[in-house]
Amino acid sequence: MRRTAGKRLARGWIAGLLLGAATLCIPGVLFSDVAKPQIPSARGEQCVEPVEIMRRDHFDFMKHDRDTTVHEGVRSIKHSLAGCIDCHASRDTGGQFISINAEGQFCQTCHTYAAVKIDCFTCHAAVPATKVSQSP
Amino acid sequence: MSSGAFQILRPGKVFWLTAGVAAALALSGLAGAHHMESAGHWVTGMNNRVVWGLPHVFAVFLIVAASGALNVASIASVFKKASYKPLSRLSGLMAMALLVGGLSVLVLDLGRPDRLIIAMTYYNFKSIFAWNIFLYTGLLVVVAAYLWMMFEPRMHRFVGAVGKVAFIWRLVLTTGTGSIFGVLVAREAFGSIVFVPMFISMSLSFGTAVMLLAIILMFRLNNLPVKDEVITKLRSLLAYFVITVAFFVAVDHLTRLYTVGDTGVERFLLVDGGIYPLLFWAGQCLLGTVIPGIMLLTPRLAGRFPTVVASLLVLLGAFAQLYVLIVGGQAFPMDIFPGYTETSSYFDGVVAGYQPSLPELALGLGGIGLALLIALLATRVLPFLPQAPVDQPGG
Amino acid sequence: MSESEYSKSGSLRRRFFTQAGGGVALLALAPGVRLAELAIAASDDEPVSDKHRWGLWVDTSRCVDGCDKCVSACNEEHGLSGMDRPETDAQWIRKVDLQDEVTGRELSLPLMCQHCEEPPCVDVCPTGASFRREDGIVLVDKHICIGCRYCMMACPFHARAFIHEELSGQKTHSPRGKGVVESCTLCVHRVDEGRTPACVEACSNAGNDALVFGDLKDEEGRLALILDENEGVELRSDLELNTAVRYSEV
Repeated sequence: MRRTAGKRLARGWIAGLLLGAATLCIPGVLFSDVAKPQIPSARGEQCVEPVEIMRRDHFDFMKHDRDTTVHEGVRSIKHSLAGCIDCHASRDTGGQFISINAEGQFCQTCHTYAAVKIDCFTCHAAVPATKVSQSP
Repeated sequence: MSSGAFQILRPGKVFWLTAGVAAALALSGLAGAHHMESAGHWVTGMNNRVVWGLPHVFAVFLIVAASGALNVASIASVFKKASYKPLSRLSGLMAMALLVGGLSVLVLDLGRPDRLIIAMTYYNFKSIFAWNIFLYTGLLVVVAAYLWMMFEPRMHRFVGAVGKVAFIWRLVLTTGTGSIFGVLVAREAFGSIVFVPMFISMSLSFGTAVMLLAIILMFRLNNLPVKDEVITKLRSLLAYFVITVAFFVAVDHLTRLYTVGDTGVERFLLVDGGIYPLLFWAGQCLLGTVIPGIMLLTPRLAGRFPTVVASLLVLLGAFAQLYVLIVGGQAFPMDIFPGYTETSSYFDGVVAGYQPSLPELALGLGGIGLALLIALLATRVLPFLPQAPVDQPGG
Repeated sequence: MSESEYSKSGSLRRRFFTQAGGGVALLALAPGVRLAELAIAASDDEPVSDKHRWGLWVDTSRCVDGCDKCVSACNEEHGLSGMDRPETDAQWIRKVDLQDEVTGRELSLPLMCQHCEEPPCVDVCPTGASFRREDGIVLVDKHICIGCRYCMMACPFHARAFIHEELSGQKTHSPRGKGVVESCTLCVHRVDEGRTPACVEACSNAGNDALVFGDLKDEEGRLALILDENEGVELRSDLELNTAVRYSEV
């Protein structure tokens, strides 16, 4: 009696797992033709890292260098958010910079595609710095 | 104590009604928190001078009461009073439920509640606040283990040992909670070592009052008989705890009045600070201490209804006390320049304003709702409540 | 840089070496030579060290009653625009008007984060977001601040502000945003470039020279010389915080 109950339970688990696995595949099948993001072109010759590496590891780079800057005052860092924005922010027809996290812009277009929320621009400027008058 | 002495009860209409009210409170708390977080804290009464407000009054109340609620179980397994044994599971449950309720309020009030993971991965071990995070989560683990020892017959022999750990843990926890305010040397109303014994006594008082209400409510909802012996004992315990709190509150004020000579802040809190002296004298002293104290020590008022009223009054006094302590302590201006009157655009030298707002109140009440909901639902899932009338030692 | 190189550069120090170039790395790695000894003044590609301690001198006799040039310069520098809600708007520096309770003598002075050597905000911060840089500047790492406001409870100078609403139009050099705590940074972005804080510059431009910025550890420096000749009052000296902001008289 007890054994059959156990068997039934096991069969239930296996069926459940298979069903779950099948469900997980649905988005892949249904949405596989989602358009790749159209990334606006950047200024400058070359990114600080190869594109493939930047795509995967840009957050690790930025997180690492942000700690160096905030805690140790090292500002000549290679991977700075401001650096990304300087090259990658686009201008509108009037020549004004568009926020890099606006829909369709460099950061947002990929993050929308990957469905990852960006937390940077709650605090950080999303357009390149305009040079203010600097005193000696 | 055999597991047969406990039971899961069939829920009645009143039970589901109570659970519904608790769930509604918890949901409105979530709504309040969501509003605060999406609009920003400017929609609350809190500001740059009163940085902790109503949510913190509720959170500290729930956390302090949580460690006190565990006391009933400690009496049973640490101090070997068998008549409390049938209530020790409920005691552990209430401790966990209140703690979860309080922590939820605390977390949902954060400027960045989405960074909870940071609070758990980045620690500054110099911070008493960081230690409290350990103490709170640790108590949940210890009480869960404690309950497991109680539920599992093979583990009964460890109940005493784990109970002792839980008892020491909860004392340390309340020490930590009191120290949050006790270490704030910059502010005259805080920064006193008396806060530690005061918070421990507060936890005993608030927790016992909550337990009395929980026992009476749970048994009523389940039509269980509860005999008078345990209630009578807890009533007189509560009376003594209330008196102990009053003693430490007096010591706290007196040390500041005489030893330190900080008469300005005392004048503010006790005489001319507007809402704060009113809450202190009318709320904390009269309604929260004197009246329930007398009620609890009067044998003629030993019935269920007067007990419920007295316990509720103690809790009312608890809120008045924490409001005066937390909000009043911040409202009084810091004396950055002794010997000078100060004026600035940043409210130097003036009493800070604080108007509690609806989202804050909703969040605070939501914590109470969540605690009640957890406690109610848990009794439906596991045998937390005794089968026999409470004052028959089970097994 | 290849992927393997990136994965190697895990630790802060190794990262530093790869950037500073082979020569410096070799020197630093040589036995008995420590990094700190190689550090030179205000260079923004090397970690700050405790060879400096940045501070401020406030000459209250030169601070003009009713003048708030330092405050507006700070607001401009960091984009503290305000929402016209005085109780929740951020102020990093403010003018406080004082009147002696006995003599009636009046004083006016700026008050901001005092950049304590023993900062209570740093002691109480649960995550370590409040921290003191090696060169004495007390900052909030807004990436790990959870917005609990315990530091604001602990600060004896009421120097901190919590951001109560969503902001926009932040300056690149001064990131700020909803839900975290902030305070005077001693214009750390300027200090790292070898410049003086905005408030000091504004006070000097106005011809008042009530504020002097400098290195407390530089014995030949202007700040040290001033403090040699003057008492240099610490606010809340009873708390023994060893503040980096000193006043001529209070």
